Amino acid sequence: MKIAMLLAAALVLSTIAPPVGAASDAFVGARLIPIDGEEIADGVLVVENGRILAVGDATSVSIPDGARLHEVRGRVIMPGLVDTHSHIGGPSGGDRSAPIQPEVRVLDAIDVRSAGLQRAQAGGITTVNVMPGSGHLMSGQTIYLKLRDGDTIDELAILDDEGRPRGGMKMANGTNSRRDPPFPGTRAKSAALVRQAFVSALEYRDARAREREDGTQGTDRDLGKEALLEVLDGTRVVHHHTHRHDDILTVLRLKEEFGFRVVLHHVSDAWKVADRIAAADVPCSIILVDSPGGKLEARDIAFENGAALERSGVLVGFHTDDWITDSRLFLRMAALAVRAGMTRRGALHALTMAGARMLDLEDRVGSLAAGKDADFVLLSGDPFSVYTKVLETWVEGRKVFDRREEKDRLWAVGGYGAGDPRTTELGCLDEGESR
Amino acid sequence: MTSRSRARSLAPLLAAGLVIAASSTGSPARAAPGDSLAVRGATVHTAAGPPIEDGVVVVLDGKIHAVGPASEVEIPEGIKTVSAAVVTPGLIDAHTVVGLTGHLNQDHDQDQLERSAPIQPELRAIDAYDARERLVRWVRGFGVTTVHTGHAPGLLVSGQTLIAKTRGDTVDDAVIVPRAMLAVTLGEGALSRDEDDGPPGTRSKAVAMLRSELIRARDYRDRSDERGEPRDRDLRLEVLAAALDGEIPLMVTVHRHNDILAALRIRDEFGVRMVLDGASEAYLVTGEISRSGVPVIVHPTMKRAVGEAENLSMETAARLADAGVPLALSSGYESYVPKTRVLLFEAAIAAAYGLGAERALGAATVDAARLLGIDDRVGTLEVGKDGDLALFDGDPFEYTSHCVGTIIEGQQVSRGER
Repeated sequence: MKIAMLLAAALVLSTIAPPVGAASDAFVGARLIPIDGEEIADGVLVVENGRILAVGDATSVSIPDGARLHEVRGRVIMPGLVDTHSHIGGPSGGDRSAPIQPEVRVLDAIDVRSAGLQRAQAGGITTVNVMPGSGHLMSGQTIYLKLRDGDTIDELAILDDEGRPRGGMKMANGTNSRRDPPFPGTRAKSAALVRQAFVSALEYRDARAREREDGTQGTDRDLGKEALLEVLDGTRVVHHHTHRHDDILTVLRLKEEFGFRVVLHHVSDAWKVADRIAAADVPCSIILVDSPGGKLEARDIAFENGAALERSGVLVGFHTDDWITDSRLFLRMAALAVRAGMTRRGALHALTMAGARMLDLEDRVGSLAAGKDADFVLLSGDPFSVYTKVLETWVEGRKVFDRREEKDRLWAVGGYGAGDPRTTELGCLDEGESR
Repeated sequence: MTSRSRARSLAPLLAAGLVIAASSTGSPARAAPGDSLAVRGATVHTAAGPPIEDGVVVVLDGKIHAVGPASEVEIPEGIKTVSAAVVTPGLIDAHTVVGLTGHLNQDHDQDQLERSAPIQPELRAIDAYDARERLVRWVRGFGVTTVHTGHAPGLLVSGQTLIAKTRGDTVDDAVIVPRAMLAVTLGEGALSRDEDDGPPGTRSKAVAMLRSELIRARDYRDRSDERGEPRDRDLRLEVLAAALDGEIPLMVTVHRHNDILAALRIRDEFGVRMVLDGASEAYLVTGEISRSGVPVIVHPTMKRAVGEAENLSMETAARLADAGVPLALSSGYESYVPKTRVLLFEAAIAAAYGLGAERALGAATVDAARLLGIDDRVGTLEVGKDGDLALFDGDPFEYTSHCVGTIIEGQQVSRGER
C-alpha cells in the first residue's frame, strides 16, 4: 500500500513539477491581494518548484539569487480563482435510465482540449469543480481540476493521498430533475427517492460488513452504493443544485437526517432563508445572472444574495456554471455582488478561499501564502473594474495564459477560431491555417 | 420609423392621456401631456457634444426645455429637482424581446416565436407586448428608457417588432412605433429543428423561400396598383409589400460571414432597407458591410460563444466602429437563464473591449436612435427632445456604480439604487 502511494506520488510529481533546475520566479512591485491577510501595496511574490516560497512587502522579502525577475509595478496579483461549479469540457453524467446514478463519473466524459478550458484560464480560473448537469436527483461524481496545460484528464486531475482523483457528488432538487418516470414527478417524490437511496446504501454497508466478519459472500459489489457511502462518510462532498426556499430547506433536512457534507449551489432564494442556512452551517456557492427568471424557480434570484448570506455569517463562494455565465468574466460576478452590498473583502474571499474550502483544498489553494500551490493571476488593475483584464494566469508556477500571446488573446477576447479545440501539431486541418 | 407610422403612433398616446385624465385610480401614471422635472448632474453626458460639468437639464411637459451648465441654466421656480453624479440620455436597447418573452419562461408567457410556419410577417408585436412584464421594469431600472422589441430570431420571418418606452401599463401607453421592423433570420437559426417541422432545412432553401415570398409580394403589390385595390387582402403580402416599398426595414439576424453576405444579396436584389443583427462574424466582412451602408445591431457583447456564434468577439463593436459602420448595441434574445441581458452591462463590456466609454455610450443612445429612426425624439439631451434620462452614482459602465434613477418624459419611473 505504502509503496503504491509513493509510486503514485512520484508519478504525480513527474507530470506537474517544473523542469529540473528551473529557477524561482519573483514578481516585484504589484499590489498583492493575499486574501488571508491585508493587501500589500508594493509587494513581492516568490514562487519556486510550483509552490509559493514567499509573499510580503518589498522590505521584508528577499529575492533568491538567480530568480527570474518579473517587474509588475502597477499590476495586481491575487490567488487563482476557484470555480466551484462549471461545465467546461462538455462533461456528461448520468443518462436517462434513472434519476439517481452515483456510480457515474464525470471524469470519464470530459474533453480537456476543448476551448472552454482555455477560456477559463483566460478568466483567471485555476481550480475548477467540473460537474455533470442538474437533470437528475444525483447525476454523478464531479471532478476537481487544476487548469494546468495538459492534454489528458490525468494531467489536470487533483489527486488525493492515495492517487485517486478528487471530486464531489452532484445532486439536484426542484424542477430540473422532475421528468417522466422513472424520474420523480413531484418534490416529495424527489426527496423520497433520495432517502431510499441513502437508506439502501447504509443497509449495503452493514450487509457487506457482516459478510466480511462471517467470512461469507452474498452481496455483490455495487459501485453506486459505494459512492453513496463515500458521501455518507464525508469524503465526498455533495454539491447540491437548489433554487427555491422550500427546496433549500429540503436539502438541509436530508443533510440533518443522513449527516452528509453539502455545499448549496445557485441558491436563488438564499436571501429568504439565509438565517436557516447559517444555522445549519452549510456553505453556499452562488451565481448572479443579469436578470431574474429564465426558469420558474429562479424568479426571485437577487444580486443581493451575496450580501445577505455574508451578513448571516454563511461561507459564500461563486461559480460560473459555464456556459450559463462566461468563465472569462468570472471576476465580474464578484463585482456585481459588491454592487449589491457585499463587502469587497468578502467578495474576493468568495472568488478564492471560500471555493477552496468548499472543495477541501484550502491547504493547497485559495490564498497567497508560503507553501501553497503557486496558482495566481496577474491583473491590469483593480479586480472589480470593468476595464481590468486578466494579463497572466499561473498554475503551480507555470504560466498557462498570457494575454500578449496571440492565441491566448483569441481565447480571451473571441474571434475567428476561438471556438476550436486546442490543436495538435499534426492535425492536417490546421496546416498553414491562419486567422 | 416612417412618417406614416409616426403619425399612427400619436393616436395611442393621445388616447392614453384621455384615459388617465378620466381615471381617478390607476398607477403612478404620467400626467398628460408630460411631466416637468429638473436634473442636476456633476457630469452631464448629452451625447450631442462634450460632457457638461455641473450641468442641468430642465424638462417641461415631458420635453427637454434647457440643457447647460448650472451657472447658465435657470431652473424654473417650484419645479422638482433631482441630482446625480452622472447623467446620460435614457439608454436605447436596439434589439430585445422583453415584453414578449416573460421572465417565467413558461409556455404561457412566451410569445416571441410562433412555430406553425416559417414565414409570418403578419404577426404584430403590439398584439403580444406586455407592458407590465417584470423584465421591462427590470431593464428600466438600469437606465433603459426605449426598447426595440418584438418577435424573436429563430424563424425565417418570425413577425414584426415595435419600439416602446419602458413605461405605462398598456401597449398603447408604451409604444412609440407600432410597426418598426420585420424580424428575419438567416443561417442556422432559420432552419427547422427537426425534419417533421418542414422546410427550410438548409441555408439555400431558406434564402430561396424568402426570395419567393418577396417576389410574390411584389406581384401582389403591382397587381394592386393596376386595379387600384387588391382583389383579396393578404395581410402577409401586405406587410412584405411595405418592406419592398421601404416603409419597414428587414432586421436580419445572422451570424456567419457567408450568411451576412447572403443577407446583403437579398438587399441588393430587392432594394429593401435592411439592418443586420447579431453579426458575430461581421469583422470578417467589414468592407462589404461598410460599402453596403447597412447598419449593424451588434450581438450582446456577452452573448454565449456557442453554435454559429462560436467565433464572436467581444471586440466586434469596436472593429465595426473603426470601419465606419453605423452600429447600435443590444441585449438580444435569450431563451434561457438569464431571460434578458441588460444593455448597460453589454455596453460596459463593449466599452472595455476596444469601443471606449464615449463611443459605447453613443452606441447605446444617439446611434441607436438614428438606427431606429427615432432620433428626432430621443437619443440625446438636446432642447426639444423627450425628457428621457438615466442617472448614475459614478461611471455608468463600472460594475460597482449604480443606476440611481430613470426618467421618461419628465417622470421618474425608476428610483433607488440598482
